[in-house]
Amino acid sequence: MINLISLWAIPAILFIILTLGLVKKIPIYEEFTEGAKDGFKVAVNIIPYLVAIIVGVSMLRASGVIDSLGHLLAPLLEKFMIPVETLPVMIVRSLSGAATLGLFSDIAHHFGPDSYAAKLTAVIVGSSETTFYVLAVYFGSVGIKKVRYAMLTGIIADFIGIVAAIMVCSYFFHPSIG
Amino acid sequence: MNYIFYFLIVISIIAGAVNGKLPDVVNSILTGAELSVKVAFSLIGIMAFWLGMMRIAEKAGLINIIAKCIKPITKWLFKDIPQDSHALGNVALSFSANALGLANAATPIGLKVMEELQQENKNKESASDAMCMFLGMCTAGFQLVPATVIAILVGAGAKNPTEIIAPTMIVTSIAFISAIIVAKIFSKIWKKQEVIND
Repeated sequence: MINLISLWAIPAILFIILTLGLVKKIPIYEEFTEGAKDGFKVAVNIIPYLVAIIVGVSMLRASGVIDSLGHLLAPLLEKFMIPVETLPVMIVRSLSGAATLGLFSDIAHHFGPDSYAAKLTAVIVGSSETTFYVLAVYFGSVGIKKVRYAMLTGIIADFIGIVAAIMVCSYFFHPSIG
Repeated sequence: MNYIFYFLIVISIIAGAVNGKLPDVVNSILTGAELSVKVAFSLIGIMAFWLGMMRIAEKAGLINIIAKCIKPITKWLFKDIPQDSHALGNVALSFSANALGLANAATPIGLKVMEELQQENKNKESASDAMCMFLGMCTAGFQLVPATVIAILVGAGAKNPTEIIAPTMIVTSIAFISAIIVAKIFSKIWKKQEVIND
């Protein structure tokens, strides 16, 4: 059922937009190309912001600081029945989408897709967004320099999401470590 | 943003030096820069496509219809935006795209929303309350079908990959609602602070 909705969502949206446009006698081809012109402009405009955030995050990942943090927090994690290997995902989740998916498929293959670690990671990845990327790109595209409380809101919501994921997963899947 | 940028790079350099990974850190500058341009260029085509479709939807009045349907909610969420603005219809579209897991469509629509919110913004360099609310909602990433996640689980040979859907929905709803509440609370605190600072 859910797969069916995913499959038909885009075709249905396109059908509705184009049919409604034609019924209302809108020159849909001309309007489409007119709107599409902005695609290049927007994509090029966000390059500086992408470079800043992606280079920064790549450097952070290469430096090994995330692994060090994992070692540091390991005792605390065990107390809450959180598999240690999920910590890098929690840290990287807000920073980089590609890195998160990489870590997640690594966990799914290494510990098995039916392991508690894989399920917890799946829920964390599926329920959140790459906060810093979205902030940098969305604000960058319109030239906002002062983000005010947007970043703090994103970070707090991410944190609440992770805590909720840990609680909900331990209820659904019964962790068994140690 | 200034501090985040500074700390991202300085911490990487210090940690890289401590861990003996300084060459990796330096190399990652090149790969990161390359990747950013790749990401931007891979966006151009799909961006153009959805921006074109959105323009038809706008001209056909579809965005206005959606905006009217969700007016009761947006009136509360985006107080400082005129309720007949195109932006609000696009906000609804952007979240529908997100909820359905259509990431390719969500970014172009989201950027269009930002452009429209910027037109209503009084101080062009500072984020408006509406922008902070929209971004908060976006970064919470409300998603009904975590399609990519399920695909990876299936690829790894999971017995029952769809069992993560229910917990994901619960968690994503909690995060989404928290983002809205937090943004609302902060908008009050920040307003007071800014009055004092002025």
